[in-house]
Amino acid sequence: MSDDRAWPTRRAVLLTGTATLAILALQDTPAAFAQGAQETITGYEPVFFTNDEWIFVLAATDRLIPAEGEGPGALATLVPRFIDRQLAGNYGKALSWYMEGPHTPEASPLFGFQSALTPAETYRTAIAGIDAFCRDTHGKPFADLTPDDQDSVLGDLEADRITLKGVAASTFFEFLLANTREGYFSDPRYGGNSGMAAWVYIGFPGARASFREWVGQHNTPYPLGPVSIGGERA
Amino acid sequence: MARTEKKVDAVIVGLGWTGSVMGMELTDAGLDVVALERGPDRRTVPTFAYPKIADELRYAVRYDLMQRPADSTVTIRHHAGQTALPYRRLGCFLPGAGVGGAGVHWNGLCWRPNAEELRLKSYITERFGTGLMPEDMTVQDFGVTYEELEPYFDRFEKIVGVSGKAGNIGGRIEEGGNPFEAPRSSEYPMPPLEQTYDGLIFEKAARDLGYHPFPKPAANASQAYTNPYGMQLGPCNYCGFCERYGCLNYSKSSPQTCVLDALYQRQNFSYRPNAAVLRVELAADGKTATGVTYADAHGEEVFQPADLVLLCAFQLNNVHLMLVSGIGKPYDPSSGEGTVGRNYAYQMTGETTLFFKDIAFNPFVGAGASGMAIADLGLSRMDFAKNGFIGGGYPSSQQTNGQPIHNLPLPEGTPRWGASWKKAAGDHYGHSATIVLQSSNMPYRDCYLDLDPTYKDRYGRPLMRMTFDWRENELKQAAFFKDKIAEIGRAMGADSLTAAYPSGHFDTRPYQSTHTVGGAVMGADPGTSALNRYLQSWDVHNVFVPGANAFPQNFEYNPTGLVGALTLWAARAIRQDYLPNPGPLG
Repeated sequence: MSDDRAWPTRRAVLLTGTATLAILALQDTPAAFAQGAQETITGYEPVFFTNDEWIFVLAATDRLIPAEGEGPGALATLVPRFIDRQLAGNYGKALSWYMEGPHTPEASPLFGFQSALTPAETYRTAIAGIDAFCRDTHGKPFADLTPDDQDSVLGDLEADRITLKGVAASTFFEFLLANTREGYFSDPRYGGNSGMAAWVYIGFPGARASFREWVGQHNTPYPLGPVSIGGERA
Repeated sequence: MARTEKKVDAVIVGLGWTGSVMGMELTDAGLDVVALERGPDRRTVPTFAYPKIADELRYAVRYDLMQRPADSTVTIRHHAGQTALPYRRLGCFLPGAGVGGAGVHWNGLCWRPNAEELRLKSYITERFGTGLMPEDMTVQDFGVTYEELEPYFDRFEKIVGVSGKAGNIGGRIEEGGNPFEAPRSSEYPMPPLEQTYDGLIFEKAARDLGYHPFPKPAANASQAYTNPYGMQLGPCNYCGFCERYGCLNYSKSSPQTCVLDALYQRQNFSYRPNAAVLRVELAADGKTATGVTYADAHGEEVFQPADLVLLCAFQLNNVHLMLVSGIGKPYDPSSGEGTVGRNYAYQMTGETTLFFKDIAFNPFVGAGASGMAIADLGLSRMDFAKNGFIGGGYPSSQQTNGQPIHNLPLPEGTPRWGASWKKAAGDHYGHSATIVLQSSNMPYRDCYLDLDPTYKDRYGRPLMRMTFDWRENELKQAAFFKDKIAEIGRAMGADSLTAAYPSGHFDTRPYQSTHTVGGAVMGADPGTSALNRYLQSWDVHNVFVPGANAFPQNFEYNPTGLVGALTLWAARAIRQDYLPNPGPLG
């Protein structure tokens, strides 16, 4: 099924752990291969999230980018660790954004972000509300729902069919989805995309940034795997 | 009480393209010049050095090189009956901040307008009569002609170092270039960049449809180049990190690569980063400026006296400085009086993505400004009466910045998350091409800039308020181009297409264009322009305001080529005519 793809060999390598020699033939420093890939999300101690919030984020990101099918999921790539670190830093505090009032969160979405809450405050407020909603409707918090029920709650948040206290459900959902994709595809220095597995999966070569000899090679799949800013290879 | 610095001959506000070129010109003339830049200092090394610049999250998603709304932003509303709301986080446009300004993070498309676009009102009237323009459309002539500006386009292209193929040299049509361009006095300084595969199939399809494709003029060096200032560019390595990034390779033209190291060597030039100019100070009679007041890195107010004030900030910030300083009369849309804030315009853009399951495009390979374009549907080629709208545009292929957080197009109907999204990401990354549209935006009586009554910046100044929406004219234009581009996309053999074009109210969220123009426009009539044809304030003669603020409407091309030429044109007027005899010009 993937015969027409640009990088079936590398993808197969990551998925099956076989054919390692095929990939090493393309690398200069095999020792660096898969460095960091053995890290797991269970070994990480969150710095921003409380324990309940962390359990929610693990469960929700696992539905946004699940492990099933080809390609790594959000948990294997440590996306929750990325989100935790982002929310603890400048992004979580909205340091670059104009946050002066008055705020008009009910304005037309065409005018963009108008909430008084920073991303960190948005997560904090929304997760408590979502778990309360799930307890009311299902008798248990989000993380304990079936995957189908979790998907249904996430879809309702996305479409603003759930009303949360203090924050619009879709405002939170859009942060969560954007941050999950960011954690999946950003450089591993930020804590996600562990082992650059998401880059390997889609065929993005990361920080290589030098293609003088490739620009004229039309419709020819690029053969090299990604490198990170820190110099890791996969 | 503000600290006062030693008086200089000229103070430059903002050290991007216009400020750096103006710096060269005025130091050439022997003036003592200081440039004040609100953002941080930036040099190729260390700021843009590999590998840390190859960081999509930091630069393309968190906008590390851009203006921070926390420091400076606008409020936006669609019409005067609404309450404007702050542009709290960056979305549809991305002003730069820091040394180099937006000249650091652009893609490098360096066009000239056609001759007709500089005298658009006259052209429309001559060709189509006076009845075609909607009553509230305030199209104007620039007050300067293409023929007058040609030497300055030529000079700016040599300073910047543009790679391209001329289509018209002195009236002779050149094979392989844009046959519809206005006559040029010389070929581009460098040959065109290499095309990625999407450019080749775009070119073939466009030609088959009867269009005249040509390589886009790119301020990305296709070979080693030394400019008139002695600055050296190295050949682009198609690194794929261009727009929103600084160039790691000395290949993308920027103030850093083309001007600043030459300027920094001059004894009569100095610059201060982290110096946010708060206002221009006027003499008691209001007819001349005495200098500018800025906040330094510690927030202390400093007065910088100067004989000449050059507002070289981003378009929006130039207009804001004029409004908060009382330079010229603020525009009032109900009476039509006043000029500062008048004729604000944006740029209408759109994008069609073409999916090809059997082609590997390697989207991470690309220069910022490579790609093939057609000018057959430009402003000067269109029958406005037949089309039912006044406008034109240029569709082009574009492969650049194929980084997956912000550039992972998926076919219509793909779920936004879950297992199907993940599968689609794996299936389609690297298997799509893009045709982008850039098109004109006409000005209207009710599209303007003024000061917001509610929201303030960190220095206590009112934010500037933007009143803007798409009009029927522009929405017809978007629909016209959407169809034309789909036709090209189908001719390219795509399996499927997705299209994103404005079809309703202005949406401030998705990135569209940083080509926000007007508000302090140039012209021949002080009743409808804030600046004369030399970019000099009609009201305060020692203030010049080069930038896209001077455009009375937006034509279809990227603004930098015209901004650069206008800056050199204004500099010539200052050197030859103003300095010997300071006062209102011409």
